Amino acid sequence: MKAPLSWLKDYVDIDVSAQELQEKLFSCGFEVEELIYLGKDISGVVVGEVKECEPVDGTHLSVCKVDCGDKGVFQICCGADNVKKGIKVPCALVGATVYATAKDHVTVEGVTTIKKGKLRGIESEGMLCSGAELGVNGDMFDGADYVGLVILPDDCKNGEDVKPVLGLDDYIFDISVTANRPDCQSILGIAREVAAVLGKKVKEPDYSYSVVGGKCDSIKITDEAPELCPRYIGHCVTNIKIGVSPLWLRKRLALCGLRSINNVVDITNFILLELGQPMHAFDLKTLSGKEIVIRKAKDGEKIKTLDGNEFDLKQDNLVICDREKPCALAGIMGGANSEITDDTSEIVFEAAKFARDSVRKTARALGQHSDSSSLFEKGVNEYTVEHAMKRALNLIRKLNCGTVTDVHIDVITENSRLCEKKMTVSVSKINKLLGIDVPAAKMTEILKRLNFVVTENGDNLELFVPRYREDIDGYPDIAEEIIRFYGYDNIKGTFLASGTITNGGFNEAQKAENNLKTALVSFGLHEISTYSFYSEKDFDMLHLPADSSERKAVKILNPISEDLSVMRTTLAPSMINTIVRNQRRGNMEGRLFEIAKIYLADELPLKNFPEERNMLAFGTWGKYDFFDLKGITEGVAQHFNLKFEYVAAEKPFLHPGVTAEIICENENIGYLGLLSPTVSRELALERAAYVAEIDYEKLLKLAKPFRYVPIPKFAEITRDLALTCDRNITCAQLEKEIYASCKYVSDVKLFDVYIGEQVGSGKKSMAFTITFTPKDEPIEERIDGFMNKILKNLEARLDVFRR
Amino acid sequence: MQNKIKEIEEQIALAVKEVKSSRNLQEIKMRFLGKTGVISSLMKNLRDVAPEERPSMGKLLNALRQWSEEKFDAIEERLKDAELKKKIAEEKIDVTMPGKVRENGSYHPNTLIRNELVSVFAGMGFEIFEGPEIENDYYNFTALNTPADHPARDMQDTFYISDKFLLRTQTSAGQIRVMENKKPPIKILSPGKVYRSDDDATHSPMFSQMEGLVVDRGITLCDLKGMLDEFARKIFGESVKTRLRPSYFPFTEPSVEVDVSCFECGGKGCRLCKGTGWIEVLGAGMVNRHVLEGCNVDPDIYSGFAFGMGIERIAMLKYGINNMKLLFEGDTRFLKQFRG
Repeated sequence: MKAPLSWLKDYVDIDVSAQELQEKLFSCGFEVEELIYLGKDISGVVVGEVKECEPVDGTHLSVCKVDCGDKGVFQICCGADNVKKGIKVPCALVGATVYATAKDHVTVEGVTTIKKGKLRGIESEGMLCSGAELGVNGDMFDGADYVGLVILPDDCKNGEDVKPVLGLDDYIFDISVTANRPDCQSILGIAREVAAVLGKKVKEPDYSYSVVGGKCDSIKITDEAPELCPRYIGHCVTNIKIGVSPLWLRKRLALCGLRSINNVVDITNFILLELGQPMHAFDLKTLSGKEIVIRKAKDGEKIKTLDGNEFDLKQDNLVICDREKPCALAGIMGGANSEITDDTSEIVFEAAKFARDSVRKTARALGQHSDSSSLFEKGVNEYTVEHAMKRALNLIRKLNCGTVTDVHIDVITENSRLCEKKMTVSVSKINKLLGIDVPAAKMTEILKRLNFVVTENGDNLELFVPRYREDIDGYPDIAEEIIRFYGYDNIKGTFLASGTITNGGFNEAQKAENNLKTALVSFGLHEISTYSFYSEKDFDMLHLPADSSERKAVKILNPISEDLSVMRTTLAPSMINTIVRNQRRGNMEGRLFEIAKIYLADELPLKNFPEERNMLAFGTWGKYDFFDLKGITEGVAQHFNLKFEYVAAEKPFLHPGVTAEIICENENIGYLGLLSPTVSRELALERAAYVAEIDYEKLLKLAKPFRYVPIPKFAEITRDLALTCDRNITCAQLEKEIYASCKYVSDVKLFDVYIGEQVGSGKKSMAFTITFTPKDEPIEERIDGFMNKILKNLEARLDVFRR
Repeated sequence: MQNKIKEIEEQIALAVKEVKSSRNLQEIKMRFLGKTGVISSLMKNLRDVAPEERPSMGKLLNALRQWSEEKFDAIEERLKDAELKKKIAEEKIDVTMPGKVRENGSYHPNTLIRNELVSVFAGMGFEIFEGPEIENDYYNFTALNTPADHPARDMQDTFYISDKFLLRTQTSAGQIRVMENKKPPIKILSPGKVYRSDDDATHSPMFSQMEGLVVDRGITLCDLKGMLDEFARKIFGESVKTRLRPSYFPFTEPSVEVDVSCFECGGKGCRLCKGTGWIEVLGAGMVNRHVLEGCNVDPDIYSGFAFGMGIERIAMLKYGINNMKLLFEGDTRFLKQFRG
């Protein structure tokens, strides 16, 4: 919301600096995002009177003597075609800053500092300026659009700063207005807050008008969609004289960034800014049947708006029609067919309230947004609807551009909310909410400043709420109004003085997750966090078949892009993409993990809440191999006091020979493996990458609580055993057999594998360290027997021999 | 015999003079003191000595043996010393060579901040609650006093899954789930991922929030301020102060924006606080009566406050991270720096 200081001063006697006002507005909830000083780039430019002006032969230049009052008299070369003796113009002295313009003398290309110079050998001590060079256009100062010099009024004092003369001595407050205060999306709304915070009275705009009469047939207005248009006022004005608006009006529009069109359109735009009420003017003679119908569009109806865009309408678009056709997109933009033109003679002003949602939906659906739609989406109130119409009629008279007729049709539907809001609030309840004691008298004073009508009645305040304050609903709203003017500095911290003591902390699941993270970090892994959504193309990256369960992903209807459009069903793509990103950036090794949710729908489109399941993913690349990654998953098993089994397996995106399923308590809980060379090549990976994914929630469910086991009285005994076996026999088979052969075996650790000539073809040698843990009696003497038994079993069952 | 003893004495003195190593010494020792050594054979020769001379000779021989043993021991000691010194000298290493580092991993900055926040609030009696990320319209908006046509819905660009389901835009959605199932006193903290259709240097379509909710008898705005003062001191430093200023959220009334005094410059104004001396860190307010009523909590008996903050924002402020994207890219050069 942009509010020029000069405009605010029309309604409030502001006696503080712009910076002070900025702070005051901030304190009462209106953050000034930017305070723009209009003349911020202009300095050292003063009023100069051209005393002498001699053309320089053979050039377009004139050499002038310019009287700048107490600054001196300067010789200045000027190329403007309107320079002449006797005029007063802005004169940039040496050292002044002005805007540099392009060859067209209009486009601003930055800020330049004026230097002493020579033009065609003639000394020049400054520059006479155009409007563009000072950032002023014709709407801000008459004549400033001319590509030559701006001519200043004769009564300016030579040598005085031109900024006040040109209106550059002004500030624009760019204010952020919260969603509960649509009434402050207007200069008057901000002025009311300014008045309240400064303790001043607001001078309301002049709403008075008188019906002059004038010959005008009555019109008919029918509201067929009261739920979308609760209130509609139309008023006819005749004898319209389309013309240019006066400077004061054009200037106010210009300060807020709006272009002047003509007096009638400018009136509606002025009211949009001043009161926050969008208005529209129809050319009455274009309305078929002199009729206005507010209705939902018929499927297939078309409209061409003022800006030349054409739209195919649907039933949920609200339109303003005449007897036959749509003439405006309600609350968004008028139609080209009923536009105000230079020969418009009769108009209907429209001031209405359209439902926020309806305007928003239509504006979005059609991609057609305007200042008007933006205000309706935020919400307008009927108090302002009424006043906007009065103000428009007042301005017609003020601009003397038409005759106000008595044709005034006010459609008040059953959805209209006209009544004044009366409420009673308790002083003590307000103070109880705030936690401080604001005296009742102080509350009354603050509320009166905000235009509430207040009657004190014991502990109660009886209130009439200003009709434009639709946000006020209960005593907490009143509490907020009071504290934002009483001052948040008065809120002093207390520590739940009346609260009950509660016991806090992480719950078991969160503790478990934190403990696991600690373990993984100690394994040397770095935690990542990636987006919960990715692309359907990521399933293709994994070469997942069309019917794979992972492809049954929850889709986002309005994603930022296709890359972020499906909720993930596996963490693998996120991990792989992170590895790709790292390698592309030259990070040639890494070990990562992520604990995050996947989203599993029981049916699509979604009927029920999907399951959100925590998964644990790993990714390694660079110097790490399969067994480094397996070492990590083994560490996870240990962390949860579990034993994992690994079974060779295949996955579409993993190397068929270097992939395992992870089994725990007969349940498949995940996989690990080398990214398949095909996928690796498709992703242009330089280093082999390994990924693993484990169902974290299954892990948690299976996890065995840690229990202390008394340490044995006798020392553990270890023996090494080198075996020769068929190459197809797996390590797991041997381990299993060794464990099964003797109840004292507590650990079996492979420490060497040999394949080669010494063991013969088709064979391999594997060497293990076996640990025997005694129970209650010494076992030293029985070890040889155990070893024999182990060997015998291995021999009998797996055809394995001691090497 | 006497001469012989004298001779041996001289031989020993000579031999040990040239001894080079302890092994060399051992050989010499064996030559004289071994079972078949010079002294032992002389001992055997004692039998041939006249009986009357035997005792004195024996004494002399024993003295020789003792003298030579002591001599050898002394030399051995000296030799070992020298050898050890040499060994120590040879073992000298270049202590400036690099150590063998066992690379530790790292926590994601969000985890660090989340845990820091949780530990602050857990100490004040907050429990943790985590709600679903795929929410329905009711919990994310309607129950939070944001009906369908409410302009506040435009404050957040929502990702929709269907008419009914959406990606939660705020962890506040969890508030309702808690209040439906738990009677006051309630003190919960609800951290989690939230989603908004926003993507630039300071916004990410996914980010994390931490929501706090207190509902009890007689809770006031001053209590909110007190708790946030405590939070700011613990997270940003003892001298950090908070400032409340009016704001708007549909589910709180009054609503406030909470700034902390700049912990970088102490409030004098710097680049971090954009010269204002204050940094906006969270939104908060007194729980709206309609929200309490909707959860069957009597707003005339109970009141409460809620606050919500962006975890990434706090991480970015604390660590001086200038682009939110870095938090989600998993670049190892970034990750390695966060060593909990």
